[in-house]
Amino acid sequence: MSGDGITSAMPNPGTVEGGRMQAPTGLALFRYHMNKKLRSPAPYLMVVGISLWVLLYWLFCEVWLLPRFEKMPGPVAVIKEWTAVKPFQGISLFTELYYTHIWVSVRRIMIAFTIATVVGVPLGLLMGWSRRFKDYIFPILETLRPIPILAWVPLAILMFKGLETPVIFLATLASLFVTVLNTLLGVESIDEAYFRAAGCLGSKPRQVFWHVVVPGSLPFIFTGLQISMGVAWFSLVAAEMVSGDYGLGYMILASYMNNVTVPMVIGMLTLGFVGWFTSALVRMTGNRLMQWRTRALALEGR
Amino acid sequence: MAATTAVHGAPAPAAQRGGKGAISIKNVTKIYDPGGVNVVAVDNCSLEIASGEICMIVGPSGCGKTTLLNAIAGFHSITTGTIHLDGELLCGPDKPKAEQGADRIVVFQNGALFPWKTILDNVAYGPVIQGQMSRVEARDKAAHMLAEAGLHDVGDKYPGEVSSGMARRAEIVRALINDPKVLLLDEPYRAMDALTKSIMHEALLEMYDRTKVTIFFITHDLEESIFLGDRVVVMTTRPAKVKQIVDVKIPRPRDYKILSSDEFRNLFGQAKDAVHEEAIKAFESGERELA
Repeated sequence: MSGDGITSAMPNPGTVEGGRMQAPTGLALFRYHMNKKLRSPAPYLMVVGISLWVLLYWLFCEVWLLPRFEKMPGPVAVIKEWTAVKPFQGISLFTELYYTHIWVSVRRIMIAFTIATVVGVPLGLLMGWSRRFKDYIFPILETLRPIPILAWVPLAILMFKGLETPVIFLATLASLFVTVLNTLLGVESIDEAYFRAAGCLGSKPRQVFWHVVVPGSLPFIFTGLQISMGVAWFSLVAAEMVSGDYGLGYMILASYMNNVTVPMVIGMLTLGFVGWFTSALVRMTGNRLMQWRTRALALEGR
Repeated sequence: MAATTAVHGAPAPAAQRGGKGAISIKNVTKIYDPGGVNVVAVDNCSLEIASGEICMIVGPSGCGKTTLLNAIAGFHSITTGTIHLDGELLCGPDKPKAEQGADRIVVFQNGALFPWKTILDNVAYGPVIQGQMSRVEARDKAAHMLAEAGLHDVGDKYPGEVSSGMARRAEIVRALINDPKVLLLDEPYRAMDALTKSIMHEALLEMYDRTKVTIFFITHDLEESIFLGDRVVVMTTRPAKVKQIVDVKIPRPRDYKILSSDEFRNLFGQAKDAVHEEAIKAFESGERELA
């Protein structure tokens, strides 16, 4: 260990082997990161920040009963209902219906997101790869893309039978556009030098596709997939409100219709958590697939 | 200025060292037409490069040096003229653009190791993709060549994890593993500090001594050009043609001590005069650089 004492305020978890510093791995690495995080102000600021918001929410809704807030359930009411074994308004952590709604929405998102990714990524890659293919597809795509997803609702209901398929169709469509566009941008962002280098080294076009186009556009693809996940949730909930029998969007609207406001807020918060979780899942997958990028960014301290 | 006539002059003494990689550029002209306005980038340029020669190309920014390199590598077409490699036509009247191939490998200004492959896989890429070796064989050879170049422990790292000097060295190894006839270097050490540069120079000469590959090296750095080169070709400002060729007869192996020798200073002065004249012309014309 060099022991320069300037920055090493915390113990260095690496081990010295044959005079060379070995980087920590596994559990040691995890503990190192946790330790580092707990020494930075970030987690404490986060706790303070959240507490402040909840406090304000509580004061507005349950203490001062400000105008506009008097119909909104406060944090105490929501948490009480959410954790009640026998909830007054029908939805809590202990009711089966709550999980049915979550599962129905999550299942729809999984189907829509998978279709959008499986179709969108190759479409974007091919458009970036072949000028001609782009000329065929891009104008139509650019005309359809600005149409707000809610404008598709009547058509979707006419086109597809039942309650399930129109909802999935709308979520798929919304995230498809995002995925295609970001993938295309990803291919176009690749430095020309990589194509030239691949050519110099004797690659055939198909090999350039697999060794340059695909890996080179991954950072943009995964940024796109995170946005596409958000857009999928957005349009799913909108669609569930218009046509549906289950799902978090339906649950929110149905609660409103039935004048039970607490499940409405529970539904919103649940969407927040589930949406955050799915985004994190996409981000983690991206980081795993792009070790080269994760490692380089880590060296820059990011 | 006597050397101006030496355009087709005798090849440098290094000619006998290598058996392949002689480049013959004859009357090459390249005209770009951005927005319907013809811009002559290279004008009737001729240059003979012997096999196994280190040929340094210097000239003002944007004079058309890279255009020439792009034509040899097959990235761009030429308008008239011919370029031959070992007697075989690369590009000419009926075939304005050369095919890209692993006999001429470019090392780029900003580095083009694939950031998504480890250094070892980068180096092994060429032989695998050309179907010459299995992945295991190629990786073995790559590891061996990296070690030879003094890059022992970097194989498993990604290019983003090593210094730019290491990355550039690895990129040259990635080229050399294909046993190319010509190495085309486009200001590879431009962004490096003087100390790193001198280390890079020694490493390059070491690799050159092992392989005797023909090197076509574009640079702005006169000291670098004389230290490394068998000949220094000074280009005119755009449109580019050969202005003067400075023969560097300093024996190899060279080390940094020759930088202070009289012979070196004398050659440096010659090249400097020629380049300076062109630099002034280029500056006064004030045109935007072309790639």
